[in-house]
Amino acid sequence: MADKGSWKDGITNSQVWKSVFRHGDPGKDRRNQALVVLSNVFLHLHPVQARKSGLRMSFTWCMGGITFFLFLVETLTGILLMFYYRPVAEYAYNDIVALREHVPLGIMREIHRWGAHAMVVTVWLHMFRVFMTGSYKPPREFNWNVGVILLLLTLLLSFTGYLLPWDQLAIWAITVGSNMARATPFLGHEGPGAALLKLGDIKLIHAGADVRFALLGGRFVAAPALMRFYVLHCIAIPLAAAVLMAVHFWRIRRDGGISGPM
Amino acid sequence: MQQLKDLINGFSSPQLIITGASIFFFLYLYFRKFLTEPSVSLFFLTLLVGFFAFSMTDANFREIVLKPDNVPIVAMIYLIAFFTWFSLRRAVENDEAITKGGSTFEGKESDQKLYTWPNLIYQEFICSILVGVVLLIWSILLKAPLEEPADPSISPNPSKAPWYFLGLQEMLVYFDPWLAGVVFPTLILFGLMAIPYIDKNPKGNGYFTFVERRFAITLFLYGWLIMWVLLIIMGTFLRGPNWNFFGPYEKWSVHKVVPLVNVNLSEFVYVKWLNTGLPKHWFLREIFGIVATVLYFAVTPFILAKTVLKRMYIQLGIFRYAILMILLLPMIGLLLKMLLRWSFNLKYIIAIPEYFLNV
Ligand code: HEM
Repeated sequence: MADKGSWKDGITNSQVWKSVFRHGDPGKDRRNQALVVLSNVFLHLHPVQARKSGLRMSFTWCMGGITFFLFLVETLTGILLMFYYRPVAEYAYNDIVALREHVPLGIMREIHRWGAHAMVVTVWLHMFRVFMTGSYKPPREFNWNVGVILLLLTLLLSFTGYLLPWDQLAIWAITVGSNMARATPFLGHEGPGAALLKLGDIKLIHAGADVRFALLGGRFVAAPALMRFYVLHCIAIPLAAAVLMAVHFWRIRRDGGISGPM
Repeated sequence: MQQLKDLINGFSSPQLIITGASIFFFLYLYFRKFLTEPSVSLFFLTLLVGFFAFSMTDANFREIVLKPDNVPIVAMIYLIAFFTWFSLRRAVENDEAITKGGSTFEGKESDQKLYTWPNLIYQEFICSILVGVVLLIWSILLKAPLEEPADPSISPNPSKAPWYFLGLQEMLVYFDPWLAGVVFPTLILFGLMAIPYIDKNPKGNGYFTFVERRFAITLFLYGWLIMWVLLIIMGTFLRGPNWNFFGPYEKWSVHKVVPLVNVNLSEFVYVKWLNTGLPKHWFLREIFGIVATVLYFAVTPFILAKTVLKRMYIQLGIFRYAILMILLLPMIGLLLKMLLRWSFNLKYIIAIPEYFLNV
């Protein structure tokens, strides 16, 4: 035994290995299976033990997990894309073309785009599963709500990213989408009630000052909108989503783990 | 072949598709025991795949479906169909077990505890690898779209929002942007967040079931599958230039002319029935629409509370019931407006363009 496994034992007994992994081989005993989860900051998202019913793929569909995985993929590919992309109207489109034509193994943009579409679908399916198993019921009401915000953030991430290639598809989809904001009651310049907001004869809400203007930084989808969407897409929304995911995962455990019949 | 395509094109219209899907939806839930059986489901799957395979032989269909951004939506249709089937099947099985006095699929295992290493962590690892591989293959095979550089002076026809918002864009056919683009999305979000607080039913927590949560599941599924997913599918594949409706095998022609014959409620009343012509002041002109709308929102809740929803009203209490109504009435209102449009070409119930207030 000692001879056969010697090369492996040589590694796992070395000072380097032991400085990283403070537990023995989790393949061998229960104690180590617990320690591996407890001593690793990432695995530590999980409890040491969980209900058998909740671990089944047929119960969770692993959809929340897949969504999280896709979020990580998007973060990674997104960072790689940021090396090449400049959010300036003059450069943006050409940078995207260059990504396709000059960057070796240039499928980062593909992975990022299809990953984003997939993430929207998996979030929906995750929510669908949580609904169908009644897992939003007490004590998980709050975590369902954290989820709803995550759903919104996922859609907004996708929406803000849609503009960045700065092609016809991009600006017109965002134009159509953001046109809706014009009609916000009271706060959009074509919304019901907006005309009521005035000081004397001065209109407070007009095309140059309403929610759409605030979103786009202008009356049209133009360079300022590109910069705003870029910052929202690469910094603000991912940060908010990451924080909320931490809350989401923490609450799963605080609320008693994956739901199951009482 | 061509006749079949013409037939399908001929039957493609928003009213037939939405009505047909709604009828199928309720039949499916009612006869779920039979319709979710594996053999029957295999039949549905064959039908769906068959329809798709047949349609792919058509150049017009192919052109729309193979647009890079539309490919994921095709995958989504199959995934959603599969998971809807799966969850209802599991619900049917659990419901049967419950009536027999046994325990549910989840219940049998819920007091056993397993170590998450390796049971969960391996599962997550394998899922990640599979999803990663699928994503990689997909990315190698399908190029991300890139059109002409942005040009604010040339607007493409049709101009579409990103696909996940096309349900809302489809609602624009029936409502002005302030409703379809602002109020409805707000209500959807608010409604989702309210679900755990309005649904007081303690049963069905942590396992698949249908019988124990009939109302909640029916409402949620209808909202999700018909009023969100189906509208997205229609908005993506069947709405062409000028947002006109096209059959799946029809060429998207910019020149398709659809007569605009929609009429406001005020015109129905004053011009068609009373024959007096429209009053000058907007309030007098719109009084009938305003009264109808106010009645709808103010009186229906009381009628429902005394009749069909009596038990629910007592169970929920006035506050929760009121919130439920705030969510339910607009949802039904959207369906009613669709029906009125399809049957009477009704444009606006209330039309006060003076204040951008059209309903
Ligand atoms: C970025 C989006 C999201 C991520 C990464 C995420 C991740 C997860 C993960 C990994 C789980 C563990 C169980 C599972 O995989 O099903 C989970 C559970 C849960 N999620 Fe999410 N989720 C997201 C969005 C949502 C949404 C949109 C909702 C609902 C509106 C939601 C509500 C819940 C609830 C209530 C649970 C507990 C389920 C149970 O105990 O059975 N989450 N989430």
